[in-house]
Amino acid sequence: MSATHTIVNLPDQRTATIPKRNYLNNEDGLLSWLFTGDHKRIAILYLISITFFFFIGGAFAGLIRLELLTPQPDLVASDTYNKFFSMHGIIMVFLFLVPSVPATLGNFLIPIMVGAKDLAFPKVNLLSWYLYWIGGLFTMAALVLGGVDTGWTFTTPLSTHYLNTHVVTAATGVFIIGFSSIFTGLNFIVTIHRMRAPGMTWFRMPLFCWSNYAASILMVLGTPVLAITLVLVALERLVGIGVFDPTKGGDPLLFQHLFWFYSHPAVYIMILPGMGVISEVISTFSRKRVFGYTAVAFSSVAIALFGFFVWAHHMFIMGVSNYSALVFSLLTMLVAVPSAIKIFNWAFTLQKGSITFETPMLYAFGFLGLFTIGGMTGVFLGALGMDIHLTETYFIVAHFHFVMVGGMLMAFLAGIHFWWPKMTGRMYPESLSKLAAVTTFIGFNLTFLPQFILGYLGMPRRYHAYPPEFQVLNVLSTAGATVLGVGYMLPLLYLGWSLKYGAIAGNNPWQATGLEWQIQSPPLTENFIETPVVDHEAYDYEWLAHKTAQEVTTVG
Amino acid sequence: MDNAIVATHPHTHETAVAAEHEHVVLPQHRHHFETKEQQREAATFGMWLFLLTEIMFFGGLFFAYLLYRNWYHDAFVVSSNQLSIPLGAANTAILITSGFFMALGVWAAEVQKKGLLVLFLVLTTFFGVAFLGIKAVEYHEKWEKHHIPGAHFDVSQFINPQAYGLKEKPLAPDMAQKTQVFFFLYFAMTGMHAFHMVLGIGLLFWLTWRANRGEFSSGYVAPIENFGLYWHFVDIVWLFLFPLLYLINRHPGY
Repeated sequence: MSATHTIVNLPDQRTATIPKRNYLNNEDGLLSWLFTGDHKRIAILYLISITFFFFIGGAFAGLIRLELLTPQPDLVASDTYNKFFSMHGIIMVFLFLVPSVPATLGNFLIPIMVGAKDLAFPKVNLLSWYLYWIGGLFTMAALVLGGVDTGWTFTTPLSTHYLNTHVVTAATGVFIIGFSSIFTGLNFIVTIHRMRAPGMTWFRMPLFCWSNYAASILMVLGTPVLAITLVLVALERLVGIGVFDPTKGGDPLLFQHLFWFYSHPAVYIMILPGMGVISEVISTFSRKRVFGYTAVAFSSVAIALFGFFVWAHHMFIMGVSNYSALVFSLLTMLVAVPSAIKIFNWAFTLQKGSITFETPMLYAFGFLGLFTIGGMTGVFLGALGMDIHLTETYFIVAHFHFVMVGGMLMAFLAGIHFWWPKMTGRMYPESLSKLAAVTTFIGFNLTFLPQFILGYLGMPRRYHAYPPEFQVLNVLSTAGATVLGVGYMLPLLYLGWSLKYGAIAGNNPWQATGLEWQIQSPPLTENFIETPVVDHEAYDYEWLAHKTAQEVTTVG
Repeated sequence: MDNAIVATHPHTHETAVAAEHEHVVLPQHRHHFETKEQQREAATFGMWLFLLTEIMFFGGLFFAYLLYRNWYHDAFVVSSNQLSIPLGAANTAILITSGFFMALGVWAAEVQKKGLLVLFLVLTTFFGVAFLGIKAVEYHEKWEKHHIPGAHFDVSQFINPQAYGLKEKPLAPDMAQKTQVFFFLYFAMTGMHAFHMVLGIGLLFWLTWRANRGEFSSGYVAPIENFGLYWHFVDIVWLFLFPLLYLINRHPGY
């Protein structure tokens, strides 16, 4: 790409240096990392951890696709297959998606974006990372001891009555990870309420903070309900009392209500922070204020609020009353409104913008298209009649992978590339990363578009064998999964490479407006030398142009 | 709306710089806060949010209790009558007393009276332990009557109440089995509550030790205040548990 087509503004590489003092080299030694209170270091710890679990979860996805290459159950036995998709789901949902953007990018950026030196409770933040690992180790223990085959939903009475696998171990893991998520959310809410710099009003905050704030509300209010549900599941298994087991007088539907009361909002915990990333990226690479800033900000909060009142759409075929199914169907459709508000506002941000196609922007475009498909199919599924036909088929699998992988993972990668120069002080290789973005997009569509068709034709999910007429589409899907795997390995390799060999990024390679771009990269441990006084809103490109112009005159 | 929110951050750049010098005064002031007021507000706000998560946590149990009370009403009434109102009422009074001394403790910390603070914290702890003691007596009674869910659970008392000298209506065997659901929820709810008490008493020991060292005698009271919030929350949970488990459906002279 020639310089006229990009906005990348790197310092002169012959003279550029990484700042002598920054958060990475402020203290040395492993212990200085393990006992750190610095939100940026904790973000890096989280980034390494979730990447580790992402590839474990991804390995299970690979095994699932490999088994589904042929109609016959030839690679593994059916209960092993059940363990594959259960471990894939548990690891990806609880150990990757929920903490992905908030615990890494959110941890790193929210204090800087609001002009604070750290999160409100640094020790609680570190505790959250340790809880994450303790929970992760419990999950790994369940895996090593022989796995768990409940699916990630721990459905009763399957999980409490019929199975003889490590349900309690895995549930304990998820219970503990839940507290790590609660502490992250609590920290964000307090920080955003109480730690904003002078002049940083709510409506001057970057939209990334707004969307993480909305997700934090969900973490704080939803996760405890999952915790108590899992406690009851564990007690039912250990003591043998009927809370959820119908043979002992319990109500399996009660489990569904309690579980989905968390786990539906949980999908908004997963997607909202990603939406925040997309707002930042699209604004920066269109050189325009986000269109309808207030609407986008409030739509995050609206998604969080509506998100609490749609959980029963997971239960339409489970015997909830017709009237409540009608109400929940209507409410489900209503969630599409704030989501659509976001998509339209991003589209209008692009309109007449000076768009450039850096890697984060490519991922963001991927997000826009794939999330829209994922969201729209969500409306199909929210419609009662369609849901009865499509639920428990591959249509569902395709739908939530479009939202979670096509949406959230694309947003996560967009964010990682976008803020990589800030986090490490170095640039990633541009052309290779563009190749990775395109590979991911192609691989993703090849993997999951056929699954929509498969599901519509009636292929059920969670089976390791299927009728031979579905094979062509399944082979396409498995082929896509290998492409997708390459697409995810590439960033791991070149981002690692760039840590040592990448070009020095300078403070503001994207010419972006956020507070985080006005400080050195990588930042100082205390972020700001003196507390910033904010007199402009987050997407004020005129302010930036003015500031840059002044800098030139003072230097010249 | 903007103004209202800015008002929570009244300090301008100048006061922020002034605060930089001020924070040397208090050793407990953490570096990333601008002022000690900001630190105190943040801690209190964080505590309230944590209590909100606790409400949601207990909420799941309350929801399950209300559902099964509706489903298995007869079994729940009979088993609820097995709980001892005198012990429950005594525990309620004890817990409120404990909360009262906690409130006095917060006051003592605010007026910086070290001796009083330690005394009130000790009293708070004492009544907390007394609550757990009575709870243990109740649990033991359940053990003797075979009311603890699991392998030893015995429903004969509910099928044939006359034989045990009870004035209850006999229950059909399948409904009598459902008393186990009641006792499971009873143990889950009071057990979860007692677990919070145990954690609280552990924290009280730690706070008493710190108070005795004089850490809260120079205007830094946030830990006492926030622990007070937690302790009152645990009180309030009990104030919901007591009527729901013990009192509901009881009639005078029954």
